[in-house]
Amino acid sequence: MPHRKSEITEQELNDLLSLIKQVYGYDFTGYSKASLLRRFQKVMDDAKMKTAYDLRFYLTNDRKHFDWFLQTVTVNVTEMFRDPGFYKAVREKVIQRLATYPIIKIWHAGCSTGEEVFSMAILLHEAGLLERTKIYATDINPANLEKAKKGIMPLQQMKDYTFNYQQSGGNRDFADYYTARYNGALIRKELRDNIVFAQHNLVTDGMFNEFQLICCRNVLIYFEKELQNRVISLFEESLSSLGYLALGIKESLLFTEVRNKFEPVDLKNKIFRKKQ
Amino acid sequence: MMPVTKHDIIVIGGSAGSIPVVSAILDGLSPSLNVPVIIVLHRQRNVNSEMTRIFQSKSRKIKVTEPEDKEPVLPGHIYLAPQNYHLLVEQEKCFSLDYSEQVHFSRPSIDVTFESIANVYGSKTLGILLSGANKDGTNGVEYILQHKGKVLVQDPATAEYPAMVRFAIEKCSEVIVYSPDELVQYIANVSTNNA
Repeated sequence: MPHRKSEITEQELNDLLSLIKQVYGYDFTGYSKASLLRRFQKVMDDAKMKTAYDLRFYLTNDRKHFDWFLQTVTVNVTEMFRDPGFYKAVREKVIQRLATYPIIKIWHAGCSTGEEVFSMAILLHEAGLLERTKIYATDINPANLEKAKKGIMPLQQMKDYTFNYQQSGGNRDFADYYTARYNGALIRKELRDNIVFAQHNLVTDGMFNEFQLICCRNVLIYFEKELQNRVISLFEESLSSLGYLALGIKESLLFTEVRNKFEPVDLKNKIFRKKQ
Repeated sequence: MMPVTKHDIIVIGGSAGSIPVVSAILDGLSPSLNVPVIIVLHRQRNVNSEMTRIFQSKSRKIKVTEPEDKEPVLPGHIYLAPQNYHLLVEQEKCFSLDYSEQVHFSRPSIDVTFESIANVYGSKTLGILLSGANKDGTNGVEYILQHKGKVLVQDPATAEYPAMVRFAIEKCSEVIVYSPDELVQYIANVSTNNA
């Protein structure tokens, strides 16, 4: 017996992507197909659909289900101080440089439910810079942003996050950064005050400000090369001269066309700087 | 036994107890290896890993690397799935990484990589499943077989943790069960005679 209840071919996937683009305005056509196939299979399995035709019917005839579809098809997995070594590198190589700007503007693109944004806010707070920083945290998915605005993490994660924080070079009491209530950990309000959460779709939306640091971690991995090029060009345009670009630690500029516009600051942790 | 099928890719999945077998397989590879070899091992997350170095003994001429996103999948290269990501292959034969939910408590998951490779390489896929203590791998083995690829699994009697291969053998009667020595020999032959 086949283990999978649902099957979908690449052709069926492409047809569905056209439909979603036309009806809902979300353009996934430049996304990596290997990953999207898995996401669509997950959608179909969760909704107990057997064929791509079922999914087509569902998306065509029931617009109210689209929110659920979007939530399931996008990857919303994240954690605080993910890759502690990356945050250590930010502490050591980026934060003090940012201190030279009177007002610091940061764009966190693809922020999911906010865990990495709060991590960055903690670094800025410890460096005494948070008060003059504005962090624009954007995501394609409105449900993620609603969650992020609340600033509540599952309490059972805090043990792992505390470990990550310490690995990142943090030496304060991590428990001071949140209030435990029932099963949640509420991130302290002062850490969230200078964060603006807003919807932004990297595929269809453009530049909206100029930044000294753009953080976009583990978002580009879901894009094909062509879309990666477009999005990194958008970042390049949105960075001030000598501004920083931070990617996920397995994301590379090497396979993109705009690689020559950046110089590495920390190759292992994928921190780059826009050339002058 | 000499392999008769031409394989375009070798993908190896292992968990607890599999590292010595992976090492032996790598030692047996011909320096003129002309297919990509992809290794997926269950590893700890968010801790520094020396795994690529463990596999990089001095005698081995072929370097083991962790691929970055969209890196091309090249013949004669040995790739190790990075910690904390699923490893996928696109139709245009480049890697994609994926940070979605764990599968069988694992990221990287063997199922995910096996299935993705079978989608691209079909009947030219050679999958190897080794020692391990969880259920990951079985669905991937089945998927490779559905796509007419070939799968060898380590004989459970020789595995430090036999559960993972036992699940696969129970579910898929077409797998070939080999001892570690037979695995090493078969893959050595593939790596020399696969022209």
